[in-house]
Parts: sequence; structure tokens; C-alpha cells
Amino acid sequence: MTFFWVGLYLVALLAIGFASHRFFRGTGEDFFLASRSLGPLVLLMSLVGTHMTAFSILGASGEAYHRGIGIFALMASSSAVVIPAVFLFVGVPLWAAGKRHGYLTQVAYFRDRWGSEALARTLFVVLAVLLVPYLLIGIKGAGLTLFEMSAGRLPTWAGSGLMCAVVLAYVLGGGMRGTAWVNVFQTVIFLALGGATFAVIVSRGGGLGTWMARLGSERPELLTWGGEIRPLELASYLLIPLSAAMFPHLFTHWLTARRAETFRLSIVAYPLCVALVWLPSVLLGVMGRLDVPNLAGPASSGIVVQMIGRYAPGAVGSVLAAGVFAAVMASLDSQALAMGNMFTQDILARMRAGRAPVSERQQVAAGRLFIVAIVLVALLLSELVDRSIFKLGVWCFTGFCGLFPLAVAALYWRRSTAAGALACVVATAGSWAYFLARGWSDPAYSVGGTGLLAVAPVMLLSTAALVLVSFLTAPPEPERLAKFFGRMAP
Amino acid sequence: MTTAVAARRGPQPVRWLLYGALVALALLHQDGWLADDARLVLGLPVSLLYHALYCVAAALLMAGLVRFAWPRHLVDEAGTAEPPPPSPSGGG
Repeated sequence: MTFFWVGLYLVALLAIGFASHRFFRGTGEDFFLASRSLGPLVLLMSLVGTHMTAFSILGASGEAYHRGIGIFALMASSSAVVIPAVFLFVGVPLWAAGKRHGYLTQVAYFRDRWGSEALARTLFVVLAVLLVPYLLIGIKGAGLTLFEMSAGRLPTWAGSGLMCAVVLAYVLGGGMRGTAWVNVFQTVIFLALGGATFAVIVSRGGGLGTWMARLGSERPELLTWGGEIRPLELASYLLIPLSAAMFPHLFTHWLTARRAETFRLSIVAYPLCVALVWLPSVLLGVMGRLDVPNLAGPASSGIVVQMIGRYAPGAVGSVLAAGVFAAVMASLDSQALAMGNMFTQDILARMRAGRAPVSERQQVAAGRLFIVAIVLVALLLSELVDRSIFKLGVWCFTGFCGLFPLAVAALYWRRSTAAGALACVVATAGSWAYFLARGWSDPAYSVGGTGLLAVAPVMLLSTAALVLVSFLTAPPEPERLAKFFGRMAP
Repeated sequence: MTTAVAARRGPQPVRWLLYGALVALALLHQDGWLADDARLVLGLPVSLLYHALYCVAAALLMAGLVRFAWPRHLVDEAGTAEPPPPSPSGGG
């Protein structure tokens, strides 16, 4: 019975993915971008589903378990204000450029914006490397969820492998349309079941008042953030959501919008969705510390599933755990699809330039093969990496933040040059690798022990590289500027 | 930017007010005055409630930005016409 609802849920995902295949038009644009046809509600649900991952459910609760309610301020409320602003000031202009010039991928846009093949290839490699920790979050989360649900009987690799198999099946079958439909279903499931999970656990524990009174007497430090989080760390976390501007899967989702107005609902509703997902996660994490007090390090990422097992055993628990599983799965599909898209369009097609052209069907087949390969690599790594889901996420987002100046310069800075853009990417990769090497083994690492996260110097260095090298190199040609800024406001 | 475009993006003072509100909201994220306050308000730790309401404020601000600072000039340029067929580079 433990796995009945999870099994039923996985079958439903496959059915949705295969149903969407009936609408497949056989073109690359349809497979990767659903022919730019998604409406406001589907866009909102797929953006939320894509962005609310194992990081938001398992990572948030696991980190709150150790550090208290301040985790909501670190990631949730900062995302609530920054990410919709990124949608408005970066997402909508990029959608407009994509529609105007027919881009299918993020790399294609940046290649054309600065006219540089070297930039495009370097950016692809850096994006692929940065995306691996993000893939790991989902894969590890799935393995951990099923491990906890089975009380340790199902090893993590089996749960992770099952999730990868299901995701690959509907992504390869349904492409972006299948992924978007599945994301809508997943988002509805995890928002509804997430609320139900919270309500059941709170109610069976005596109500919110009882839980808070217990926390106040047994673990008062979890009700404040002053003892655990330094002001510079809180300030640094306001930068982390800027990473959304450079996520390949979000870029792809932006391009799927039917019209610019499609974004409006996502921009306004996103902060509320963030609160709806993160508030229960953080509260369940701190409440879990009372009942399961001795989890060390990454083991705390399974606290929500443990609480479900404790307060809702049997069929109810199985249904609720299926909701956790839904959230965990919702981003792996889009990430894999976005990478397959870029590999097909930006690497394979360019390598074959001058030879026989690749047909649309060959493009889709190559993209599918690449998706399988990258998911298998991530699956293998998930068994080797033992960091907590929250820390993995923050390191991944730090790298994407380093590329944020690239998006801003592409859209708003005429004087930026290809060499400057390339310097920005190289500076991001170098500084991210440097700080990762220094901080990987220390979960509490901050720059100079000040509380400042590595994201701040990484962004500073990448911005400096972009600006300095742009000014040291010749200005971009007027024709290129006219193409991208000709009819834009100065 | 043409006057017509400016008019369609909303009155300029309102837009700048909203941009200012966005900066102010970002600054208000630092709720240092609640850092060590363990009081419960409406059943929640006060800092957690503050940040939950902060999310509501962010949604209201976004509604204002969407209404008065919408980049309609970009949207008009992208238009409703079908995009050109993608080249292998995806570029135009």
C-alpha cells in the first residue's frame, strides 16, 4: 500500500505525457517549445512546477530543521520579490527577442546578440556544468523520498532510477508540450497535497498553537533567525534568486508563451505561490526537530517524509508522500529538455554546418539521445555526492548568478562586446570553481567567515570582467545594435 | 523613446515610484529588528509572519508594475505575427 499512490501517480504522468504526444507536429520547435503556444495558467503552473523543486520541499525543510524559521527569509521571500522582477525585466524582453528572431535556445540568443561562436560554445559548456548540481537535487530528492517512505527498504539509487525512467519516458515522448502538461498536473498535486500534509500533521500534533508552544519551550532558537543567520548572509541571499535569469529551463519556458500578456499572471501570482510552498516546508522542518531530534547533516532532507510517516501512516501517508514526490520530479524534466534542446540546436547543428543538413526528425532524435545521456550521468553522480539538497542548490544558483550580468548586458547595454561577454562567462566559471573548491567541504562556508556568500564576489568578478573587457575592445558593429536595439528605447 | 510609447507604458512618475518601491521592498527584506524576537503573532513567529506578508506585498507591487511599467514597446515589436522559421543557429 505504501507505494500504491506513488505508482498510480507515476502512471498518470506517463499517460499525460503520451496523451500530449498526439498533438506533436513533428518539428523541433514543437518538441522543444510546444510551438510557442502556452497560455497564462499553463505558463504559471509550469514555471512554478519547474522552479519549486526538491530544493523547496526537502531542501527547505531540511535546512529549517537545523537553522530555524530564518530559512524562509533566506530563500522564499527573497525569491518572492526578485524572481517576478526577473520575469518582467528579463523574461519578457527575451521572449520578445525570441519571437522576433525565432530563437529556440538561450545559447542561440547570446550567439546572435554578440555574433560569437566562441561565446556560444563556452556558454553551453558552462551552463551544462552548472546544471548538473540542479539535476542532482531532483534525483537525490526522489531517491531520498522513496527511501524514507519504505523505511530504508528501497535503496536511494532505486528510487532515483525509477524517477529518471519515468521522466525520460514522458519527456522523450511528449517533448515540451508533455513536460508543460505534466508540470501543471504536478503543481496542482503538490500544492493541494502539500497543504493537506501540513494540515494533517499540524492537526494530529494538537494544532499550530501546541506546536509553537512546544517550540517556544524546547527549541526557542528555531523561532528566530538572529542566532543562526548573520545580516551579511541574509543580504547575500537576496542575490541568489537572480540566478533565475540564466536558467536554461526557465528561458525555454519563457519562449513557450503565446503572447507577452501571458506573463502577467505568472509575475503577479509567483510571490504567493512561493509563500504557499515554502511556509509549510519551513514549519514542518522546525516542527520535525521536536519529534526527530538527532538527524545530522544531509539526513535532515528527509524530515518531511519522516513526519508524514509518523503522523499519517498508511494510505493517507502514501497519498501525501506522492505529493512530495510530485514536487521533487517537477523540474528534472524541463532541465533535461532544455539541455537537449541546446545540444541539438547549438552544438550538433553547428558542427554539421557545411555538410548535409540535419532533418527535423534527426534533430529531435539527437536531442533525445543527449537527454538520456545527461540524465544517466546525473543519476550516477547522485550516488557519489553526499551534500545536502539545500547546499547543492545554493552552489548551483551561485554559478548561474555569475552569469546574470550577461543577461542584463545583452538586453540593456549597447556598448557590451563579444569579448566582454566571453570574459564574463570565463570569470564566472573560474570564480565559481575557486569558491566551490574552498567551500565544498564546509557547509557553513562564507567569504572570510563574515557571513557573505560566495555569490557576491562571483557576481562582482563576472560584472567587472564584462565591463572592463567591453571597454577595452572595439564597440559592436552598428548593424548588430540596430537589430537588437534599433526600435528599443535608449 | 517616443511620447506615444511612453504613454502606453504608464505615466512616468508612477513608473519611477514603482521602481523606487521595488528597491525599498528589497531593503525591507533585511528585518534585523526582528532577528531575536521570538514572539508569536497570529500563531506564527513574528519574523516568519513578516516575511509571509512580505510575499503578499511583493505580489501587490508586481501587480502595479505589470499595470504601469509593462514593456509594451517590446511587445508591440514582437507583435502577434508568426516568428520566422528557426535556422540551425536559431538566430535571425
